[in-house]
Amino acid sequence: MAHEKNHDYHILHPSIWPFLGAVSALVMLFGLVLWFHDVTPFVALIGLAGVLYTMYAWWSEVVHEAHEGDHTPVVMIGLRYGMLMFIMSEVMFFAAWFWSFFKHAMYPMGPESPMVDGQWPPAGIETFDPWHLPLINTLILLCSGAAATWAHHAIAHDNNRKDLINGLALAVILGILFTLLQAYEYNHAAFGFSGNIYGANFFMATGFHGFHVIIGTIFLGVCLIRAIKGHFTPEHHLGFEAAAWYWHFVDVVWLFLFAAVYVWGA
Amino acid sequence: MADAAAHGHEHHDERSFFTRWFMSTNHKDIGILYLFTGGLVGFISVAFTVYMRMELMQPGVQFMCLEGARLTAAAAGECTPNGHLWNVLVTGHGILMMFFVVIPALFGGFGNYFMPLHIGAPDMAFPRMNNLSYWMYVAGTALAVASVLSPGGNGQLGSGVGWVLYPPLSVRETGMSMDLAIFAVHLSGASSILGAINMITTFLNMRAPGMTLFKVPLFAWSIFVTAWLILLSLPVLAGAITMLLTDRNFGTTFFDPAGGGDPVLYQHILWFFGHPEVYIVILPGFGIISHVIATFSKKPVFGYLPMVWALIAIGALGFVVWAHHMYTVGMSLTQQSYFMLATMVIAVPTGIKIFSWIATMWKGSVEFKTPMLWAFGFLFLFTVGGVTGIVLSQAAIDRAYHDTYYVVAHFHYVMSIGAAFCIFAGVYYWIGKMSGRQYPEWAGKLHFWVFFIGTNLTFFPQHFLGRQGMPRRYIDYPEAFAYWNWWSSLGAFMSFASFVFFIGVVFYTLRYGKRVTENNYWNEHADTLEWTLPSPPPEHTFETLPKQSDWDRGHAH
Repeated sequence: MAHEKNHDYHILHPSIWPFLGAVSALVMLFGLVLWFHDVTPFVALIGLAGVLYTMYAWWSEVVHEAHEGDHTPVVMIGLRYGMLMFIMSEVMFFAAWFWSFFKHAMYPMGPESPMVDGQWPPAGIETFDPWHLPLINTLILLCSGAAATWAHHAIAHDNNRKDLINGLALAVILGILFTLLQAYEYNHAAFGFSGNIYGANFFMATGFHGFHVIIGTIFLGVCLIRAIKGHFTPEHHLGFEAAAWYWHFVDVVWLFLFAAVYVWGA
Repeated sequence: MADAAAHGHEHHDERSFFTRWFMSTNHKDIGILYLFTGGLVGFISVAFTVYMRMELMQPGVQFMCLEGARLTAAAAGECTPNGHLWNVLVTGHGILMMFFVVIPALFGGFGNYFMPLHIGAPDMAFPRMNNLSYWMYVAGTALAVASVLSPGGNGQLGSGVGWVLYPPLSVRETGMSMDLAIFAVHLSGASSILGAINMITTFLNMRAPGMTLFKVPLFAWSIFVTAWLILLSLPVLAGAITMLLTDRNFGTTFFDPAGGGDPVLYQHILWFFGHPEVYIVILPGFGIISHVIATFSKKPVFGYLPMVWALIAIGALGFVVWAHHMYTVGMSLTQQSYFMLATMVIAVPTGIKIFSWIATMWKGSVEFKTPMLWAFGFLFLFTVGGVTGIVLSQAAIDRAYHDTYYVVAHFHYVMSIGAAFCIFAGVYYWIGKMSGRQYPEWAGKLHFWVFFIGTNLTFFPQHFLGRQGMPRRYIDYPEAFAYWNWWSSLGAFMSFASFVFFIGVVFYTLRYGKRVTENNYWNEHADTLEWTLPSPPPEHTFETLPKQSDWDRGHAH
């Protein structure tokens, strides 16, 4: 490989993970189509297992490389750019769901619809009271974000591993609590997912948010394990920084969902 | 630096075939993979159109019969028109060309290979993720081809809904085919987004010492702007087609008025992606054309700074004009007026580019080598397509032209063959650099002239057909449209023949082409960093970062 490298960029060895990951994704999506058409769920599950395994193996390798000292200052800047850009693309993904929500809330469909023209929420839809469970959930998520920030300050400024671990553990627990309460709320919804536009908008927007909460919780959970193992130093804690950014992004999406879907849209 | 690189060239390549091409973390190898795969998918997609033009050559249906698709009209027996097959081919051609040919070739192929070289970077910022982008693109292609071959609507194979996948048709089309097509677009979108993150990070973080933003070569700039368009528009499409997926499979009613939904919403979200998409297709081509014209006019490109700002302006404006694709859906007059004005504004930055290219050639000693011919052809095509674009931007005129062959002619001129000419310009400009062997000049020129005449013969008469009122996306037409359709088909066959010839030229060049001995085989006006490297460049380039004197030409800016 690189015989004489005179720069600080990261030149990588050939790797099987991208190929394996793409093949797994192909199997998973092909399998999902089979599942949708009631053929078999197993192909999708095999593909999913491949995707998860690839993620685990790939990111383990990244952690290993970090320990080898491959993440020079300039490489760390690149990784930060990459994470920021990934979050931007996620914001645009949510833009589609908000677009659908605002379109239907501001210009409800016309006379041929079974619902009454120009009325939002549609006739017959009983929405959640935003000032009960949704408000509690908002506070839980904000507290979780604060805990993550506490943990970040602990490692970055005070090199205090104990508070880093405490803060991360708190953030993860609150994240799990949020997901459980969301599940409870879904179970008590007075409207269904299919057949009406309110339910479609509500469940897809909050559902994708919930999915991101789960991803973020796992991301923070991995950071917690790494913190316990002593991976992070005041200078090198990029994985945690990325997790914290992601977690704040999930927070902000929730604030918009709360303000738009729960409060204004009700 | 050149010495170090030359030393690397002698270094024996120990990588096995599998390691080099399947596990690659090398931007040049991944670029080559993209180019070849894009070419292969392009061949499939072009073959679809040849069959379509065969069918359209004469009025009546001769080939696409329910009794079985035929290759010769002489085959005896009844022929009941098979509109589904026709629709599947239209859809397949669009989806493959949009997502699986042009973006991979220009952005994935040339972008991967030459953007890092132009900025003096040793590789991409995330070399492993780069390979994930490539293989996800291949996986997406596999799903797209599977979609054409799996059970779809009308009890036949494939989906015939058009590449835009408009509901309600795309929601009601039965079978697995449509779901496979949606997932194919998801995968290729994810691949492009990861690629965009990679390109942007590389561009921002890995430029050679001293290369400030406004000293970056125009091709790298064009890739950077394109990457932003991909990053911000493709996730929105992912949302829209996810809504299609749940409408199809889980009974949601995003686009179904029976449940309070709205099919026009899909059109808005699709075109919010779709309009940036057409710039995603053509912007990297702009970058290639700038370098080719400067090289063969033996002058630095005219107006570097306005050229950069024009790229940025086109990218930004591309996000705010989407509804000019849907003047006829019943928007208010105010909305139509806005989208009309905003669309016409785009003519300003594109005009800056066209006139700067012309000014680059002005008083230059223009040498008509093959890449320059393609660039010249591009200028002509892009201008014709741009002018018809101004025509179509008028909401009132679009009432008459919407969904006619005039539109087909317009967008093929401006972005389809426009992009194809950029790809060919890039191939002939750089094939010597990439392979170390040079194409035979006469063959490149022959390819150009046959393709240039062929494509113009195909698409120019379609303006007439559109003005006569022939609608697009039909398998058959009345006698009145027969004359120009015959010529159009003839042009398509010519173009296809020259494409086949091109494939021959590429393989001849790779095997028997004359070896390239100089690093810079054009002239000193090909002054970007790839021309300081041997041909082909060694596995690892710029292991010692280039010095400013290697690339900073006072005259370049």
